[in-house]
Amino acid sequence: MADTIFVALGAVAVLSGLGCILQRNPLAAAIWLVLTMLALAGMYLILGAPFIAIIQVLVYAGAIMVLFIFVIMLLNLGHAPSDVRGPAAWAVGLVLAVGMAAFLLRLGGYDPGRLAFELTGTRDLSAAAVFATAEAARQAGEAQGVVGAVAGPLFTTYLVPFEVTSLLLLVAIVGAVVLAKRKI
Amino acid sequence: MLLGPALVVSALLFAIGVVGVLVRRNAIVLFMCIELMLNAVNLTFVALSRYHGVGGQLMVFFVMTVAASEAAVGLAIILAVFRHTTSVDLKTNTLLQG
Repeated sequence: MADTIFVALGAVAVLSGLGCILQRNPLAAAIWLVLTMLALAGMYLILGAPFIAIIQVLVYAGAIMVLFIFVIMLLNLGHAPSDVRGPAAWAVGLVLAVGMAAFLLRLGGYDPGRLAFELTGTRDLSAAAVFATAEAARQAGEAQGVVGAVAGPLFTTYLVPFEVTSLLLLVAIVGAVVLAKRKI
Repeated sequence: MLLGPALVVSALLFAIGVVGVLVRRNAIVLFMCIELMLNAVNLTFVALSRYHGVGGQLMVFFVMTVAASEAAVGLAIILAVFRHTTSVDLKTNTLLQG
């Protein structure tokens, strides 16, 4: 059942992604992208990452896309003439994308045991895996809490990147204000 | 076993984002295609975090933060360019091509 929903959400994500790049109106393209992100949030939920799913809806589908739509409406781009390039760009784009997709789809047959084998010489995943099965993930979630499982490593192993992130956000705030303001 | 389908969806989304960047001229739509590619990579991180530890989910957290700051600064730049040339079409904004 979960597998069927997962594949359906994947189809929705890919189709609305296509809608995003084929839609002439930038506002409609943004709405298609929101649909892609909501479908991805559902996929995260099924993959056992509920915290990331909620952050996806709040930050991506909420904050970032609102910013995009806000700018599109501010610049009044709804009636702009078509911005799709000619057949030469399509040919280059499609050749590059098909090659890249073929390469990435070959990696789609990725086996988690292989990395463990290359690192340790055995195909035993228990050293690297946090959750061997969906059942184990559910039990860990119950024991530690959905947020606790993510927050633990975030504030211990990844503390320095986390602090650097706050610095990055401060720089982005100052940069956006400096760039967008007419007179400083 | 959801790893295979997740990686396939991720590959397709990334390829769609690449096509979008190459065939569109609207700077804002270009930005949205970049967000699409970042989302494709995020899906890979989450799918693999089931097998290789919760670090993948944390990496998604960092990617989202970087995407948010990139969108804020990038849209401010687009706003400044629009104020200067009254267009976000990349065909008309070719000053840096020399």
